[in-house]
Amino acid sequence: MPMTFAEKVLAQKAGLDSVVPGQIVTVRPDHVLMHDNASAIFGKVADALGTYGIANREMPVIILDHVIPAASEKDAAGHKKIRQAVERFSLPHFFDIGRGICHQVMMEERFVRPGQLILGSDSHTCTYGALGAFATGIDRTEAAALLLTGETWLKVPNTFRIVLRRALKPPVSAKDLVLSLIGKLGADGADYRAVEFHGSVGTLSMDDRMTIANMGVEMGAKIFVFPVDHSTREWLSSRGFGPDAYEPVWADVAATYEREITFDLAEIVPVVAMPHKVDKVKPVTEVAGLPIQQALLGTCTNGRLADLRIAADLLKGKKVAPGVRLLALPASREVLQEAIASGVVSTLIEAGAVVLPPGCGPCLGAHQGALAPGERCISTANRNFKGRMGCKEAEIVLASPATVAASAITGVITDPREVG
Amino acid sequence: MRVWKYGDDINTDMLFPGKYTYTCATAEEIKPHLLEDLDPRFATEVQPGDIILAGKNFGCGSSREQPALGLRAVGVAAVVAKSFSRIFYRAAINQGLLLVECPQAVDAYAEGDGATLDPAAGTITVGAKTFTFPKLPERILAIRDAGGLLPYTLARLKEQREFA
Ligand code: SF4
Repeated sequence: MPMTFAEKVLAQKAGLDSVVPGQIVTVRPDHVLMHDNASAIFGKVADALGTYGIANREMPVIILDHVIPAASEKDAAGHKKIRQAVERFSLPHFFDIGRGICHQVMMEERFVRPGQLILGSDSHTCTYGALGAFATGIDRTEAAALLLTGETWLKVPNTFRIVLRRALKPPVSAKDLVLSLIGKLGADGADYRAVEFHGSVGTLSMDDRMTIANMGVEMGAKIFVFPVDHSTREWLSSRGFGPDAYEPVWADVAATYEREITFDLAEIVPVVAMPHKVDKVKPVTEVAGLPIQQALLGTCTNGRLADLRIAADLLKGKKVAPGVRLLALPASREVLQEAIASGVVSTLIEAGAVVLPPGCGPCLGAHQGALAPGERCISTANRNFKGRMGCKEAEIVLASPATVAASAITGVITDPREVG
Repeated sequence: MRVWKYGDDINTDMLFPGKYTYTCATAEEIKPHLLEDLDPRFATEVQPGDIILAGKNFGCGSSREQPALGLRAVGVAAVVAKSFSRIFYRAAINQGLLLVECPQAVDAYAEGDGATLDPAAGTITVGAKTFTFPKLPERILAIRDAGGLLPYTLARLKEQREFA
């Protein structure tokens, strides 16, 4: 029976010949990601872990990134509990603060391969669909149960097939693409669905695909997934995975889709998502001139070298506008090192940027770069919910790295095509 | 019993602000901040047995489970919405919180209406009108009936050990 990507992976993982949408299957994920919330996760099952132990010590990957370095005694105590649990259960896959944002680190540290099933107690686990994996978010309780049993249930989703045509026209970027897509389908446009990308995927770099897949959950999707092609293979081999190290999975040509959408990349323009909803998407030109007080460049959505470089190229020899704080948040230590080596960091600093340690920083409003009432921040992150950056009377506008950098230079929301 | 009515796209930050996610994990810590940015009256006035009615995509956003955990802890009988976001849906099952997808019931509500729910029969009555909603799959009902995923898992582990 012809199957979609999601059907194939779930059938394989459940040990079945085939599955159909709506079916509930029992699966063993290849890895389960946890971050600072591991403290709460271990806390939930502390007694039971004493009795039953951890089902599979290779499965959990713990990466501290959310509030790093600890901003309070309470955060510090949480981190300490995690380090103690790692030691107590001799967990092999632990990364302490400073290694980077969990999603970036999961990929850099070789925990993701095509065709794998990865669950994470963080909604942006969907990022790894960029590598052709089935990756999706779960809650803490489920992560806790997975520690004990190593298995869980998943419902086989229906699938949307998105066919990309032609290529983006720089400075239009992957972020503009995914925001435009969400603007078109809505924040619940793909609720419970798997979303496959077909067509001119080859025009998108791996970084682009990560940016796009990262935002799958903002459209309600269970997964966003890209086929394995030349770029994927190159990326994997740069991480030491030869062609024998993985088996790509992709949909059959005759698979059944719930919906098919064609998207012309050449028609996409620079866009923003206006407060407080990710699907309030407008062309930058419509809102150009709105003043900003903060600009956030980075996060797991757009904190890779290519993103920082786009901003540095625009900021080179220029200064951040007076009254604007530009925060640069590299996605990982590796990214930061490369950005230092290539001069990107010094360009950003010379322009007036504040470089933050690789982690989540201001993205979730727990520390660093919180907003004050009445302020507006233009950000490359993935969420602009009210209160997301620590203040419910502040506004967050989502945009691409180019638009964020251009706006930081002028102090008002600016079309990157106007600055050069 | 009271009905709390909200609109579309109620996200996890509205249900439980992100700034507390790493400092509040237990029901007692979560309760005072429930729906803080959406409806400041909720946390102080909610009573066991109350029902939440909402529009589409309820619970979208983060994977944080505090909203589901907190709503169950304060005794919310069910959230009835036009649709739910998937991570929240799952988190609610795992916490033993009843979610009902029933757009007709939400549309039928008028200010001041009461609402009653019969999960076993799969019916919800809003004002004078009664609606049915589809039964949940067995596996999911078993988790809910056990009081959530952890009690369910522990019971199974115990059983396995006893019969091993
Ligand atoms: S950078 Fe933001 S969106 Fe990404 S994992 Fe961290 S808090 Fe979540």
